[in-house]
Amino acid sequence: MKEAIITIKDLSAEVEGRQILKGINLTIYPGEMHAIMGPNGSGKSTLAAILAGREGYEITGGEVIYGGQDLLALDPEKRAAEGVFLAFQYPVEIPGVNSTYFLKTAYNEIRKHRGLPELDAMEFLTFVKEKVKLLHLPEDLLKRPVNYGFSGGEKKRNEIFQMAVLEPKFAILDETDSGLDIDALKSVSQGVNALKRPDNAQLVITHYQRLLNFIVPDFVHVLYDGRIVKSGGKELALELEETGYDEMMPAAAVPA
Amino acid sequence: MNHRTETKPKVTPAPRTKELSLSHEVLERSESNPDEPAWLLSARKAGFLSFDELGLPTLRDEDWRFTNVAAIAKMRLAPVVKPEHHGLTEKLLSQFPFGAFAGTQLVFVNGQFVPELSSLAQLPEGVKVMSLAAALATEPVLVERHLCRHATTETNAFTALNTAFFQDGAFIYVPAGETVVEPIHLRFISTAKEHGTTTHPRNLIVAERDSRVTVIESYVSLNEAAYFTNAVTELVAEENALVEHLKFQDENQQAFHIATVAAHCGRASNVVTHSIALGAKLSRSNIFATLAGEGLECILNGLYLTRGEQLADHYMIVDHAQPHGASHEYFNGILADKSKGVFHGRILVRPDAQKTDAKQTNKNLLLSDHATADTKPQLEIYADDVKCTHGATIGQLNEESIFYLRSRSIPLEKARRMLIHAFAGEIIDRVRCVAAREELDRLVWDRLEQNQKMTKQP
Repeated sequence: MKEAIITIKDLSAEVEGRQILKGINLTIYPGEMHAIMGPNGSGKSTLAAILAGREGYEITGGEVIYGGQDLLALDPEKRAAEGVFLAFQYPVEIPGVNSTYFLKTAYNEIRKHRGLPELDAMEFLTFVKEKVKLLHLPEDLLKRPVNYGFSGGEKKRNEIFQMAVLEPKFAILDETDSGLDIDALKSVSQGVNALKRPDNAQLVITHYQRLLNFIVPDFVHVLYDGRIVKSGGKELALELEETGYDEMMPAAAVPA
Repeated sequence: MNHRTETKPKVTPAPRTKELSLSHEVLERSESNPDEPAWLLSARKAGFLSFDELGLPTLRDEDWRFTNVAAIAKMRLAPVVKPEHHGLTEKLLSQFPFGAFAGTQLVFVNGQFVPELSSLAQLPEGVKVMSLAAALATEPVLVERHLCRHATTETNAFTALNTAFFQDGAFIYVPAGETVVEPIHLRFISTAKEHGTTTHPRNLIVAERDSRVTVIESYVSLNEAAYFTNAVTELVAEENALVEHLKFQDENQQAFHIATVAAHCGRASNVVTHSIALGAKLSRSNIFATLAGEGLECILNGLYLTRGEQLADHYMIVDHAQPHGASHEYFNGILADKSKGVFHGRILVRPDAQKTDAKQTNKNLLLSDHATADTKPQLEIYADDVKCTHGATIGQLNEESIFYLRSRSIPLEKARRMLIHAFAGEIIDRVRCVAAREELDRLVWDRLEQNQKMTKQP
């Protein structure tokens, strides 16, 4: 059996004294796409944030093994260098930081980490322009400050574009569909699908089934009140859409 | 708006000329050129009397309440007389900021013009660039028309002192319709090894109607003495002239730097001044802009980047005297360690100045818990159909932005530097002269790298 990309074992975490994750178990293998669905407040974004290394969460139990390492012990930049990528639900606008410069710095940090020579400005520009074409993005995006003045759709596409450039081993897409119209949704999904490879994996976090019409997951998990209460194939997403979260929940999982 | 908790400043009476070892004898001795015209002599005397009357400002003075200049009283105040280069070579000169620029440059060492280190590039017909002392001899009419007319001595002790004692500086004259493409670089280099050495550079820039010119003034030092620069620049932009002025101050960490730029802007002119303060123990930049014509645009842009116990003070008065004028002030401060930034921006809209559009922004980034920023906007509006806005912020780096960069594999320290650099970039990007902008960007980045290393040390 092949080795897992990431193994989450009994992960519990709290924010400001409030227990949000109550024992998450999830193993993802290379080539797989997983979707986590759940209502607001179920802990979806907390899980994404913890995996990427955002501060402000206290891990109260369990562990996350990534590439044989204790992921939670690594700084966010180290995780990224090791191939973890978070597509933000709300990408941050950074006025004054040029997109190309930002991406080149990030890309070269990853190359340095892998013992590869850094690309110079010209080499990087050639490389990055191909990626822009691949995702059908306007080239002027490269000249603009990171996310600054971008529309909601442009921001989300820019996240996928960064993912295409940085080629992560494990990508988490946090509510990538939120705020997108149908055309933007299609284009973002095409981007994600194009990046699927046998040696990487994706974890797609979403509230609605609609994204999963375009990005077809191998597995769907339902997160409810900090636990995965149900797992299944892609048909589970459709079932959820039919019945709603409450119907599907086992009585025990519904908070009193 | 003042974001600092008030502590009652210790007040000492303003030192007067007698205590400052200045006298009419000094004034007369300093008149090395006996041919100085009568109008200049009387301007000097008026400056001297004004200074005698005002004394050095103290913290009791509303315009100086955050900046204590008491230490300047210990300076000699009378200018250096003997030329002394203290080992300044052409090679060293080329390594200073903007030193690689090929265009016209005038070099002043300890306030004195050094022709052998200066160079004049090919300039359009009628454009004059020379030392002010030379201009007094060869262009007396032009100089008399403008010199000592724009920088007021009545309310500003330092300008008064400069007027009484200045020996030299630059004279730039661009006649109507001419364009000087390459920036003209005025270089003020201190090689002082003796504490208390004082220089009073005085510059006059005249851009006639429909002319264009870019002027860079840089103030740097070769040695570590606690010297004092007291500079005054008068800038005249006549109708429809386009003038870019950049003052770059990186004096050593012991030095005192007081400078005034008095700009007189004519109808439909476009004047942009940049004040970049990286050096000196204490620096104060006064920028006085008189918007004397209709429909003009004036931009005051500035960046101060301090560390250790440095203090950088910017004091602006924008005087809207005519209708349809636009003025924008943008000042960003990046303050590390125990350093201090001061911003004081006064916008005066006179009764005739209808349709004025005045904007003022001061943003401060505090990199340490011990750094402080004082910011004080002041609007005085006597016209009723105007748009005036001001805003000030004091804060730290945005945590969310730092996390975003780190999540893309950029290490914490580098992420912080990128954001600080971006904050500085908001100001640097407004420099229109490409070569100057690129040089400035490199200088600021280098300084941030240096500061980072310094702050890392325990």
